[in-house]
This record gives sequence, structure tokens and C-alpha cells, in this order.
Amino acid sequence: MANMLANIFGSSPVRPLEKHIGITFRCAKQLRPFFAAAIEGDWEKATIVRGEIERLEHEADDLKKKIRLGLPKSLFMPVPREDLLELLLVQDKIANRTRDVSGIVVGRKMEIPVEIAAEFLEFVDRNVDAAKQARKSVRELDELFTAGFRGAEVELVEALIEELDRIETDTDDKQAVLRATLFKIEGSMNPVDAVFMYKVIELTGEIADMAERVGRRLELLLSH
Amino acid sequence: MDAELVYIGLAALFGIFMAWGIGANDVANAMATSVGSKALTIKQAILVAAIFEFLGAVLAGGEVTSTIRKGIVDADLLSGSPELLVYGMLASLLAAGTWLYIASKNGWPVSTTHSIVGAIVGFSAVGIGVDAVKWGKVATIVMSWVASPLTAGFIAYLIYQSVQRLILRQDDPLARAKKYVPVYMFFAAFTITLVTILKGLKHVGLTIDLAESYMLAIAIAVAVAIIGYVAIQRIKPDPKAEKSQHFYTVERVFGVLMVITACGMAFAHGSNDVANAIGPVAAVVSIAQTGEIAAKSALPIWVLGLGGGGIVIGLATFGRHVIATVGKKITQLTPSRGFAAELAAATTIVIASGTGMPISTTHTLVGAVLGVGLARGIEAIDLRVVARIMVSWVVTIPAGAFLAIVFFFIFKMILP
Repeated sequence: MANMLANIFGSSPVRPLEKHIGITFRCAKQLRPFFAAAIEGDWEKATIVRGEIERLEHEADDLKKKIRLGLPKSLFMPVPREDLLELLLVQDKIANRTRDVSGIVVGRKMEIPVEIAAEFLEFVDRNVDAAKQARKSVRELDELFTAGFRGAEVELVEALIEELDRIETDTDDKQAVLRATLFKIEGSMNPVDAVFMYKVIELTGEIADMAERVGRRLELLLSH
Repeated sequence: MDAELVYIGLAALFGIFMAWGIGANDVANAMATSVGSKALTIKQAILVAAIFEFLGAVLAGGEVTSTIRKGIVDADLLSGSPELLVYGMLASLLAAGTWLYIASKNGWPVSTTHSIVGAIVGFSAVGIGVDAVKWGKVATIVMSWVASPLTAGFIAYLIYQSVQRLILRQDDPLARAKKYVPVYMFFAAFTITLVTILKGLKHVGLTIDLAESYMLAIAIAVAVAIIGYVAIQRIKPDPKAEKSQHFYTVERVFGVLMVITACGMAFAHGSNDVANAIGPVAAVVSIAQTGEIAAKSALPIWVLGLGGGGIVIGLATFGRHVIATVGKKITQLTPSRGFAAELAAATTIVIASGTGMPISTTHTLVGAVLGVGLARGIEAIDLRVVARIMVSWVVTIPAGAFLAIVFFFIFKMILP
């Protein structure tokens, strides 16, 4: 009897979603030390960081499953359940891309050409920035629920998403420049390595793409 | 030993058993919202509950007590054999108490009110005769069970919408909260005191005329609002906590408001649910003392006190644990949401108590929570549980009735 009131509250997905983006960001952030080690050829350190990336990716995955299980169809929520699940999915993809790209680099013990190393690290940083901005935006979820998705809080989140879009455009520009530089030196590289280097750049760039999609999903919530 | 003493003794015993059950379980629902939102500590919650449950029972419980006591059974049919009513009321108390005990052991969401009303209808329809039940009155009571959660839900919806529009969606929510929260305090205190004065005080022998009643209610409400205002001004923003939750300080302002609505909720609960437990006790006592079914006899205050006391014992023994458990589970009910639900529920319950309607506190609170949810205020509500609550309220009535019938025939055989 005493639990009657308590039980009508389903498990709120809001805090877990905020926690989930926190984990995926921490995962993406590892790319910086990871690539720094890879460029120096310190594969021992790179493998350690890669282990941390895998651990965080698993953690995000487990939390994702837990959140899904806690969102049965019988829940009554101010925003559509599908939109929240989609948000969760793109958040998770940030960690997935991080795992994929680090996997290729460690697996092939890839040497990143010195000609592009500095530019590439900047590019990685910017992608991590995008993930960080995505985290900042998602962390406004509880405030959005409190304010009922209207008013001053919505404007605040819209501004955060605009900034996220700017960062993503920046990564696109950096990616184009990086490809151009790589194109100039690809003749001097082992062809297979060159192909994989393009692949690594593409996958890394997808981290910012996924972060931007997190922003799009949040925007969809705002329009309800 | 005198039969009368046996009757009164048993009635008091069963009444305390039931009040204890209410105090141990039911009160948790009224108080846990405040503990869950950290507006009160558990100790404070128990203190507030003890004081205001008792006050509610004594000051505003009279109308509901008299409904339970003489509104459901047609006493005229029994004027020749008053002992039947005594057996019946004792059976109802024991039936409701037992059913509540079984239900809480199994975690079923049942209502005290529904059990006791079902029990009384059961023993009178089967034990005495179908004509003995005032079916018109029973129909009104059942209607009120549908109406009370709906009303509370509607009021909660309006309150929460106003909170969002006036405070939460603005650029300066903290300044706005400090400005408007005392107004909500005024309304909370005004409604509850006005209904108490208008409907409750005559049972404790006080009569105040209408104009004076309004003046007194306004005076008390203004005093509450001023105390609240002073308390709110002392709250200073915490920039560190606000970084991760912009509404942190705003919610603390609502926390002060919740202390007041929690008092209101405990008062309302006392006025309605305690009355359920002691209505039958009052009936038995009055028959035992006078030897006849005196419809007009006054309600002894000590009986109301018995109910209030039973609840406090229940709170002190098991209530603490239950409040802590429920409080942990309802963190979604932040102060801004919780107060809207509590204020809506308390208002609805006190008005119902004033008109003598025995309604379910918890169901009304559930209705109010759903109202906040409809105003897009709650992150996730489990509709399966809401459906289970509705089913349980339909099942409780025949269950209470069946147990009451069994106990009635047992008492008829063994009691003098």
C-alpha cells in the first residue's frame, strides 16, 4: 500500500541520459592521448588508452541497455519515448566511432605521417570539443523537463546547439584541409596505409557528426 | 463484566489497530513527497505528521466521522436491536484493519476508506437487510471516489501550469519564485483554514459566524505567508550547485513552500482517514453509553483523540521506515512539482472532509500527481501501475464487505 504512490513513477530516463553522454564524452576524450601516443610510436601507452576506450564504450553500452529496459511503452512522458531512444542511440554512436577508429589504429599499428600529425591532432581535438558541447547540451535535459520545454531554458539550449553546429562545421573544414594535405603526400606512403589513413580521418570526423546529430535530436524534443 | 465495557474496549482496540495501520503506511504517502524532495528530514516529517494529523482528526474530522457512523446504515431500522449495529461496526473495523494488513503485506495498493465503506455496506446489506443500507448516500460516496482524484488532478494541472508560466519559464526564475511563492502559501493556508473553520470547528463546540470565519482564515493565511516570505529571503543562491542544475536555488524556495503544503497534507489526511478509523468507534461508544441508537448524540472528543494517537504510534513504530523508502523512490517529485500535487490533494481532501465525504487520500494524491504529469511536469509515469490502482479500488470494496460479513456473524454468536 505504501508503495502505491512510489510505483506510479517510472524510472526517469533524464539523469541516466545525462550520465550516458558523460560516459561517451569521456570515451571520445581518450582519443587525444591515444593519438598522441600513436604519433610518438608509443604502442604500449596507446594500447593502455585503447583499453580505457573499450572499457568506457562497454560502460556506455550497458547503460544504454539499462535505459532502454527502463522505458517500457506503458510510460507516460512529456516527450515521445521514440525521440528519447533515438537520442540515446546517437549518443552511443559517439563511443562506437571512438572504439572503431582506435581499433583500426592499434590493430594496424598505423604510423601517422609527420606531415599531417599536428593538423590531425587539432582535428581530433575539435571532434572531442564537439562531443563535449553535445554533453553540455544534453545536460540541460533535466532543466528542460522542469520548465516543460518552453521559455528561457529552450533559448539557452538552442544557443548551445548553435555552438555545437559551429564546432561541427569547423571539423568539416579541418577535415577537408587534412584530406588535401594527405592527398599531396599519399604518393610517398604505402598505398594500403594511405587508404586506411583516409578511413581513420573519416571515422574520427564522424564523432563530430554524431555530436551534431545529438543536437538535432535535442532540437526535435524542443519542438514538442 | 458489563457488555458495554466489552463493546467500548473492543471498539477502542480495533480502532487503534486501524489507526496504527494508517499511521504506519498511509501517512507515508502524505509525508514522503516532502522527504523525497528533501524539504523535510525524516524526523521533521514525523513531527509535522504527528502534530497535523492529530489536529486534522480533532478539528476537521467530525463530518466524515458522522458519515461513517450514521450516514451509511439506516439506524432507524435497528432501533429495536442496537447490539446488531455494535456487532456490525466492530466487524467493519476488524475487517478493514485485517484487509489493510493483508494488502500492505502483499504490497497491494488499497485504500483505507474503500475498505471501511465496503465493510459497513457489506455487514448491513447481508447481516441486517438490503434496505438497511442508505443506497443513495453510498452512491454519492462512490461518486466522490471518482470525483476526488479528477478534481485534485485538475487543480494540480492548473497550479503547475501557473508555476511554469510565472516562474520556471522566465529569465529570472529565482527572483520570480521569491515573489510568487508566498502567494501560493497564502492560498494553501487560506483554503485549509477556511474549510476547517466553516465545517470542522462545530464538532469541537466552537461556532464562528461567516464574516469572522473569513477574517480569521485571511489573518492566518497572511501570517503563514509572511513567515514563509521571511524564510525565503534567507535563501541565498549556491553558484556551484546551480552550475549543474540551474533550478537548484529555485527548488529550495519551493522547498519552504512544501513544508507548508506538507502540514496541509497531514492535516487533510487526519481529517479524512483518521475519521474513517474512528467513525465506527464513535458509533459503538455512543450506543454502549446510551443503550440506544441516538442519531443526535455528540461525538466524544476522546474518540477523535484516540484516532489521532493511534496514527502517531503507527508513525513512530513503522512510519519512519516507510517514509524513507517511499521518499527515495519519488525523487522525480521535486519541490516545484511536489507542492503542486500536495496543495491540490490537500485542498480537495479538506473540502471533501468538510462535506462529510470519506474519500481516499492516496488516490486523491495519485490524481494530483497525474495532473502535474499532464501539465508535462513529470518525467515518466507508469500507466500500468495507475491501472493496477484502479483495479484494486474496485476489488477492495467486495473484499472489505466479505470480511465484515464473516466477522459480523462471528460476533453475533460469541458476544453478549
